[in-house]
Amino acid sequence: MNTNLPAERSREVEADPIANPGLPAHTWRPTDVDPHAERRAERQVALLFGLSAVCTLGFLVSYFALSIGEGGDTFLNLGASTVALGLFMSGAFLFMGIGVIQWARKLMSDQEITEERHAAASPQEDRDATLEALSAGLEESGIGRRSLVRNSLLGAMALIALPPIVLLRDLGPLPGDALTRTIWTRGMRIARDVLGTPIRPSDMEIGDLINAEPEAIFEVDDNGEHVIEGAELQVAKSKSAVVVVRMEPDEIIPGPGRENWSVAGIVAYSKICTHVGCPISLYERTTHHLLCPCHQSTFDLADAGKVIFGPAARALPQLPITVDDEGYLVARSDFTEPVGPSFWERDSE
Amino acid sequence: MLTPFRFERGPPVSIDTGRFARSNRTEAATAKKPSRVGGVAIWADERLGLGTAMKKNLRKVFPDHWSFMLGEIALWSFVVLLLTGVFLTLWFQPSMSEVTYEGSYDQLRGIQMSQAYASTLHISFEVRGGLLVRQMHHWAAMIFIAGMLIHLIRVFVTGAFRKPRELNWVIGCVLLLLGTLEGFTGYSLPDDLLSGTGLRAADGFMKATPVVGTYMSFFLFGGEFPGEVIIPRLYIAHVLLIPGLILALITAHMLLLVYHKHTQWPGPGRTEKNVVGFPMLPVYAAKAGGFFFVILGVVALMGGLLSLNPVWKYGPYDPSKVTAGSQPDWYMGWPDGALRIFPGWESHIFGTTWSWNVFLPIIVLPGLMFTVLVLLPFAEAWITGDKKEHHLLQRPRNAPTRTATMAALMTFYALLWMAGGNDIIAITFDLSINQITHVMRVAVFLGPIVAFLITKRWCISLQRSDQEKLLHGYETGIIMRSPEGGYSERHQPIDAARAYTLAARERDQIHTPPSTADDNGIPAPRSRRKALRAKLSERLYADNVQPPTREELEKAHHDAEHERELRAGLDHAADPHQFDGRHAVEGEELRSH
Repeated sequence: MNTNLPAERSREVEADPIANPGLPAHTWRPTDVDPHAERRAERQVALLFGLSAVCTLGFLVSYFALSIGEGGDTFLNLGASTVALGLFMSGAFLFMGIGVIQWARKLMSDQEITEERHAAASPQEDRDATLEALSAGLEESGIGRRSLVRNSLLGAMALIALPPIVLLRDLGPLPGDALTRTIWTRGMRIARDVLGTPIRPSDMEIGDLINAEPEAIFEVDDNGEHVIEGAELQVAKSKSAVVVVRMEPDEIIPGPGRENWSVAGIVAYSKICTHVGCPISLYERTTHHLLCPCHQSTFDLADAGKVIFGPAARALPQLPITVDDEGYLVARSDFTEPVGPSFWERDSE
Repeated sequence: MLTPFRFERGPPVSIDTGRFARSNRTEAATAKKPSRVGGVAIWADERLGLGTAMKKNLRKVFPDHWSFMLGEIALWSFVVLLLTGVFLTLWFQPSMSEVTYEGSYDQLRGIQMSQAYASTLHISFEVRGGLLVRQMHHWAAMIFIAGMLIHLIRVFVTGAFRKPRELNWVIGCVLLLLGTLEGFTGYSLPDDLLSGTGLRAADGFMKATPVVGTYMSFFLFGGEFPGEVIIPRLYIAHVLLIPGLILALITAHMLLLVYHKHTQWPGPGRTEKNVVGFPMLPVYAAKAGGFFFVILGVVALMGGLLSLNPVWKYGPYDPSKVTAGSQPDWYMGWPDGALRIFPGWESHIFGTTWSWNVFLPIIVLPGLMFTVLVLLPFAEAWITGDKKEHHLLQRPRNAPTRTATMAALMTFYALLWMAGGNDIIAITFDLSINQITHVMRVAVFLGPIVAFLITKRWCISLQRSDQEKLLHGYETGIIMRSPEGGYSERHQPIDAARAYTLAARERDQIHTPPSTADDNGIPAPRSRRKALRAKLSERLYADNVQPPTREELEKAHHDAEHERELRAGLDHAADPHQFDGRHAVEGEELRSH
């Protein structure tokens, strides 16, 4: 090897420029040499352990004496029980810990001792013996010679990884076209969120925003049971929620082909952010901007829901609306594009 | 036995310490007749044969320094997590079945919610100490991750990751990743409005993954978001899978620590070949055990007094609702910040959507940062060509490039973390969220570069200051006036132990680029890699101040001595130490203070 290579040079152990003066002499602590200091330290430690015991008793008393339940936030936004239990538990542990550390610092030996290090690597003869054993074992197995056995084993091993993966197949259904549709259908009424009541255009003033859902969300059967419930309801809500806003009709710049998607200045947009799917409803009525509280994407509801700021890439999908025979706002159809965050199969062109 | 000793301010006296020295011997006394403890040990050894292993390890030496305690914070808070977590599982029901709440919290009575949320309310309002333990669990999780991060910074800037400890660094990095995942799966369990919002965002992140994203989402959620299986699935990951892995890796981390022996700071008597400190039994057993109780106590105090994640205020999860100011736990804040400031880029190719605005900041960036973190020790070892074992730590200033690298990474992290709170910053300081976002987009690139440059120069300045102390002594603060009327400050040599500690560090090796061809004009193999390495090594380490050689030190001391001799007749008669407060001067008490 060329000894001028830097890596080689750096291996040389350099002598320290100043000779190592060696460990400084041990100095005795007051507790080592003064019986008064020693007993004072003992009393301190015992006092700390005693305080810990007092706190433990305090914990037990407050557990049984203080009620929990009603008024869970009467004290410091928390219940008296929680605060008392926390304080006493903390005291019990802290005094115990500080007592033990004080014991170690004041009364246990503070004489530093030295231990020699060993190299991380095994001694050379051990390494040689191990390598020898390894090669003997491999040789005896014949894995190097018997290529048919070895290769068929490797092939089988590669295959055997498949069943565990295949077993996971039933974790969930295939996506299919589930993400491309919601429960909105032609003529479905737009219902107020929570209340479930339908909306007439005359109910809305200029500047109003209504959080709404398809009426099917609130539909009940003859027994008063919800038609859509449980997980199905949560999925429906997570895709079909809309915001309905009313603005001056001449402020609306309809997207191409969307000239008849509004009713008297009322427009409906998906409430689900096209970024990662948070429901949006921070609305600024003078600018018609809708801001997502999660990552601050901002959409202009007067201009086809276009992104005007933030990390979202696509406009909010618009729900085409009209009024039905009874004068309530209804959907003209489902959304014409998938709502919510982008996904790879989404045809966005 | 008479041992001279002195109290800090007092004359040396002799006191009989024979009776104390017994407890200060370097090896344990061997019992003549087995004590009760000894009897138990013998019983166990006849069955387990642990005697040989314990012989060395009971009195295993650990060096003492406050910064070695940072990892212990993470370790003990994980134990707190295990204990409090077991308590919570006794009542928590990881089910998304809908129930009508009939518990004691008025505002939510009669409302439909998942069993997970209802049982979280039950733990909070009906189980005595339940809210305390729930808050302790959450606070301990935050301390666990904060402890790991600070420990990571300590290990990096002191060079404790160098050979032979690189694999322990990798284990530590994996622990940080697992801890973060564990935190996310944990705070997603209560199924309140905030946690559901986090899961929904996570669903969006997955869907942004090209080709397989939609399948990942459908398989994880058992269909479309939110489905009814995500909470039970996260639960089993949170209480079994991830903690099991963490526990196994912590064990490996600790075993390697014991095998390698702890690193130590250089100082008199402390070398690469030894480890100086206190024995495990009794000192470290007591200190570490006591510290566990301190951590438990602090976590209990926080759990009792500091409200955290009050899920009853958020209400049950409803996919059509969200609250303003929704944010993840702090350790997820930095990728969330990247997500917030990333431009809205998306490509539409052949009927597919490539969501760069989500995929790059939230999937690629954390993976990239993790890879960078894991590779740091290997990158440094490659550039320096260092193949030696290192057991002595380096002060951060003595590895300026490494310290600056950490400063740059920390700045990057901190800026993204701030970006993750851009809405809160905008509201608190009445700023425009748009401007904050625009500034952050630039700052995350410029900030780390500026931090790198400043830190590196700062470290080098500190190295110069150390060099000055070694060669010319410390500044006494005494201004001397020469007969000519010139003023100069008197320097005094630093004491031998300090001088040794400052000088006991390695010299940086700067590579020289290899000649690209040998005498026959044949290019050397891999010469381009070597040239790159040489260039990097020069760029990164050439500006560092190297410790003085023996000759330099001798010359400097000789010069100082010479100067002192020259000025001997001119000097003020007083002891130069009298004003610096380091030594008392006999008969000059009034002048010292």
